Amino acid sequence: MTGPVPQPSARVGTSSDRLRRLLALVPYVVSRKVVGLTETAAAFGVSERELVDDLNMLWCVELRAPDPYCPIDLSYEGGEIVVSQAESMDRPLRLGVDEASALLVALRMLGEVGQVASVPGLAEGSALSRTIAKLEAAAGEAAAPSAQVAVQVDRIAESSVAARLREAVAARRLVHLSYYVPGRDEATERDVDPMRLLVVEGRTYLEGWCRRAEAVRVFRLDRVLRADVLEAAAQVPQEAEPVDVDRGLFRPSPDDLRVVIELSPTGRWVAEYYPCEDVADLGEGRLRVVLRTPDGEWVRRLALRLGEDGRLIEPAGLAAEVRSEAAAALAQYGAGAADLGGSGRGVS
Amino acid sequence: MSKRKTERLLSLVVCLLSSQRYLTATQIRAAVPGYPDSFDAFKRMFERDKEELRELGIPLDMGTNGALDEEMGYRIPRQAYVLPDIRLEPDEAAMLALAARVWRRAELAGAAAGALLKLRAAGVEAEETGQPGIEPRLTGEAAFGPLWESVRDRRPVTFSYRAAGRSEPQQRKLEPWGVVNRHGRWYVAGHDRARDAVRVFRLSRIEGKVEFSGPRGSVSVPDGTDVRELVAEWDSHPVERQAAVLRVRAGAGYGLRRRATREQPGSDGWDLVDVPFSDSGWFAEHIASFGADVVVCGPADLRDAVITRLKGALA
Repeated sequence: MTGPVPQPSARVGTSSDRLRRLLALVPYVVSRKVVGLTETAAAFGVSERELVDDLNMLWCVELRAPDPYCPIDLSYEGGEIVVSQAESMDRPLRLGVDEASALLVALRMLGEVGQVASVPGLAEGSALSRTIAKLEAAAGEAAAPSAQVAVQVDRIAESSVAARLREAVAARRLVHLSYYVPGRDEATERDVDPMRLLVVEGRTYLEGWCRRAEAVRVFRLDRVLRADVLEAAAQVPQEAEPVDVDRGLFRPSPDDLRVVIELSPTGRWVAEYYPCEDVADLGEGRLRVVLRTPDGEWVRRLALRLGEDGRLIEPAGLAAEVRSEAAAALAQYGAGAADLGGSGRGVS
Repeated sequence: MSKRKTERLLSLVVCLLSSQRYLTATQIRAAVPGYPDSFDAFKRMFERDKEELRELGIPLDMGTNGALDEEMGYRIPRQAYVLPDIRLEPDEAAMLALAARVWRRAELAGAAAGALLKLRAAGVEAEETGQPGIEPRLTGEAAFGPLWESVRDRRPVTFSYRAAGRSEPQQRKLEPWGVVNRHGRWYVAGHDRARDAVRVFRLSRIEGKVEFSGPRGSVSVPDGTDVRELVAEWDSHPVERQAAVLRVRAGAGYGLRRRATREQPGSDGWDLVDVPFSDSGWFAEHIASFGADVVVCGPADLRDAVITRLKGALA
């Protein structure tokens, strides 16, 4: 399935972001003794100009009573930051609950992924468990609420496939995949130069250069019927652009079909399962969704599956095909089929 | 936040953190530049500043330096302020960088970045290395933020929820116990007040805003609650398995044959295929998606369900 993935609105800096940064800046330099302006700006995600403004503000802090003094002394001459006096500002603020939870939940999820995809670097007793233990210790009380958020990653029935593909990625070897394409209901054979494994929305994927399609493709591991690691070295061409995971795995293309479906309350799952370009409320729980996909066969199958829970509006040609396919299928059930249902709620 | 306010708050933190003793409001006003001359205006601004510091997670202590002191003072206890020492090996630091990226498209992205910033400030070199060749991501959901806050702060919530197949959403009152991502989807589990029972809700079916409906700390999670378990139970399909007998056109129905227990080639261009299933509603939809390539011989209710689906597609 392809289609646009709705983007979460970009997070703009909250009003207190700068204060957080200022409190972290002195200890960042102190713990490194000397550090470059460029490198520091990159670590804090600001421009060098902003960083210099921050340093100046820190340097200007003045307490007036009981005796006036400047608690922080620093310099950044020649592009090197040195803090010569930091007073009580030499250590960062402890982690808040949200901060500790964000990292701990993610680290525990990596542990699950490690098990599912047999990633040696993420196994029990690896760097991962050590990191979790150290972070829990450093976070103290703030770590506790993270136990109330859990992430479960899909088990892949064929976890040896994951392990083999993972090895192929590491060893840069060409793989041969036997891959099931449900949209076309067929097993396809292809050679793939593996790039990396992705875990998105709980599913594991192999990203690689598909020699058959001559393009970067993403393969769901639970649809890999067989994976053979070949002797040949992987040769990922220069033009192979990794998928920008943060913009969604599947990007629509201008050539994609524009699909319009009207869904009953029972068919609303379509809007939850597939990225929709548009979702309009038709009242009484009904929806009209717009999807993008290059795959007409996938649309045909979806419409047949939906039955009366979804009416395919566009493309009109496909809608006509769906009706004639349904008629042909019904004809095989004989005259008795004519007496059955067809109105009211489906059986599911 | 204006530059002046940032400067004032920064000075306030340095002032309260450097002092071993409790400082009275008057002493703070004398030491920290930027407060207004009028004492009342100062008091109001100082109250807001204290709130800002608490929101940043800065611990603020109130007390007096001795029994004879009449006025309460303030300080930031260093012990409670500083992040304890944390030393990470390069492979451990790489894990942190990978973990921080997990949220990049989701609600806690800012919190993850904030945590990484503090850890870097503690001397951790969290480099973004390519290791270990796997990139996990969580996706966002509008209701996640408020539900996470309610779980974190133990507050009850109300929200409008449209259960699967329902045409109208219903108002629900929930004491949330935990948030779980299962197979890529977010769920919240807890005690449903109106139904006085444990319930699980899918976040994508929550409509509109999630509102807090009680004070912090007013929800108690029963001992031994495993929210993962609750969601897994709710999500699992009935285990009773049946076998369908299907006629499948030769060369077609690959997705069904994959799971077949028996395949018997026929001479008329159709094969007889036995496929086990447990959820007849879902299986009927699946069979209908193969159109005229598959005919159900039995069981009868599956056959009827497929016919109903196909008629629906005909309409």
